[in-house]
Amino acid sequence: MISAQLPILQVVLPLLAAPLIVLFRHPGLAWLVAAAVSWCSFAIAVALFFAVPAGGAFDYALGSWAAPWGIAYRIDSASAYVLVLVSLIASVVVTYARSSIAAEVDRDSHYLFYAMFVLCLGGLLGIAATNDAFNLFVFLEISSLSSYVLIAIGRRRRALHAAFQYLIMGTMGATFYVIGVGLLYLMTGTLNMADMAERLAGVSETRPVLSALAFITVGLSLKIALFPLHFWLPNAYAAAPSVVSAFLAGTATKVSVYVLMRFLFSVFGVRLSLDALHLFDLLVGLSIAATVAASLIALFQDDLKRMLAYSSVAQVGYITLGIALNNADGLTAAVIHLFNHGITKVALFMLVGGIVLRMGTTRFSDMAGLARRMPFTAFGFVVAGLSLIGVPASAGFVTKWYLVMAALERAHWWLAALVVATSLISALYVWRFVEMAYLREPAGDARRAEAPLALLVPAWIMVLACTYFGLETSYSLTGAQEAAAALARGFR
Amino acid sequence: MSFSSHYGYWATIILMVLGLYILIARGNLIKKLVGLAIFQTSVYLLYIAPGKLIGGTAPIIAEQFRVYSNPLPHVLILTAIVVGVATLALGLALVVRIHEAYGSIEEDEIIDRDGKEGPEA
Repeated sequence: MISAQLPILQVVLPLLAAPLIVLFRHPGLAWLVAAAVSWCSFAIAVALFFAVPAGGAFDYALGSWAAPWGIAYRIDSASAYVLVLVSLIASVVVTYARSSIAAEVDRDSHYLFYAMFVLCLGGLLGIAATNDAFNLFVFLEISSLSSYVLIAIGRRRRALHAAFQYLIMGTMGATFYVIGVGLLYLMTGTLNMADMAERLAGVSETRPVLSALAFITVGLSLKIALFPLHFWLPNAYAAAPSVVSAFLAGTATKVSVYVLMRFLFSVFGVRLSLDALHLFDLLVGLSIAATVAASLIALFQDDLKRMLAYSSVAQVGYITLGIALNNADGLTAAVIHLFNHGITKVALFMLVGGIVLRMGTTRFSDMAGLARRMPFTAFGFVVAGLSLIGVPASAGFVTKWYLVMAALERAHWWLAALVVATSLISALYVWRFVEMAYLREPAGDARRAEAPLALLVPAWIMVLACTYFGLETSYSLTGAQEAAAALARGFR
Repeated sequence: MSFSSHYGYWATIILMVLGLYILIARGNLIKKLVGLAIFQTSVYLLYIAPGKLIGGTAPIIAEQFRVYSNPLPHVLILTAIVVGVATLALGLALVVRIHEAYGSIEEDEIIDRDGKEGPEA
């Protein structure tokens, strides 16, 4: 039966497509393969999402080697949720990519762009699907290495240095992760995460396990750009081609957050990370620092993409705050914010891609009168910006609601107030754009020059999704609740 | 637990900290990559050293042997070495491109040159 093979097919298709694209070389053909593979994996992810039984999981033993000896893939509600998010964003982004990279990447390297894109997609999907801690490291590196190339592939020389910085920080993070996994392997003799969680019960308070927890948390925090380990992110997102910023902002950090949740809740278990290391107190502190500091920095950025990048760092703070609150609502808020912030940021970066194409700049001062030149782009930016702030009837609101509920449930009313206050800061930086685009006169040429439909349509699909998932939450919310329950339940 | 029975771990830790220090403290991009390579190599040792059992042989089943070394860490580290080589190669390729674009591989000079020509360069 082919349906039994879906968990592996999902990952293998993009991995196989990458060398195929390199062989084809022709940019149009390469795009076609990349798009077909992305949409296929989206279809598979959706099929898995609906097929996963509530509270259960699909197990897949690679090469029929039974776990814990062989590598096992395990799709439960949480991993299916992440798979859908990643493949959805990849599918929309790849549709958009064709016209966008024509302007930002040399034609000779288009096929390499698509090869790296599907490789990155395969890595990200593999991270979500696997149940093997070391296999996860390999996928983490596949996706990271290809994303370094994606960042550096544009024409701007700044991108080279940004990619190098990301390479150093990202490899450091992945190596920390692998040190942690090594220590866990020494203590448990297994790499299968479900098996590991079981065996950790007997040795949980020993020093190697505690240092493994520390190494894995720090390593993954580097990958998710948790404040103050975020320095690579603004440079990388600002210098990369727009389509790459959109793709990575929606997927790479989100998948790493998923891994962090997987380890904290399912492998180590709340009792260990909560009681022994006070990790959650630390996470609350860092999350607050991230939301407040990064929002304030975003407010003073001179460049639209850098502003969005710093806002990403702030939004990661909301996600980790949800993790740190450690109750059902908090975890739900964290999981649903992966999705909500993913689609919001992708929409914004895709609209910025249109601006880059028409205006050739992302500087704030050049945005004066943008609404007259590019009315649909500017309006889309405002709608997606509302979701970033979290006003009612937008996807961002659902997150904020659950976050505030979770904070109140813990009787941290000041945290609830802080969530609202930091939303006001994000309102300010979105307002800066509105003021520039709508209330200023265009500096010179004021003719209509809207972004081409090939860019506008995918971007607007995401913009509408921001609104749709704010009003109709039956899939995104129940999916997130089930995913949160699956993470908290672990592998039992 | 004594020093002599755990010297493998001490070697690992010393290499790890050395690599990490070079990675953070040096401004030269090539030296940074050297630090990164040392840092990653220390992890290979972390995995491999505990896999050896004293008196154990290679894990090939034979009548006269009872104790075998654990082969799994070797397999894992083979994969990790491939990943490390790929990372190093990509890093060096980026350094070559950076040198072409900036004429320097010193981090402070690169930041300096970016600053002078405005954010759009």
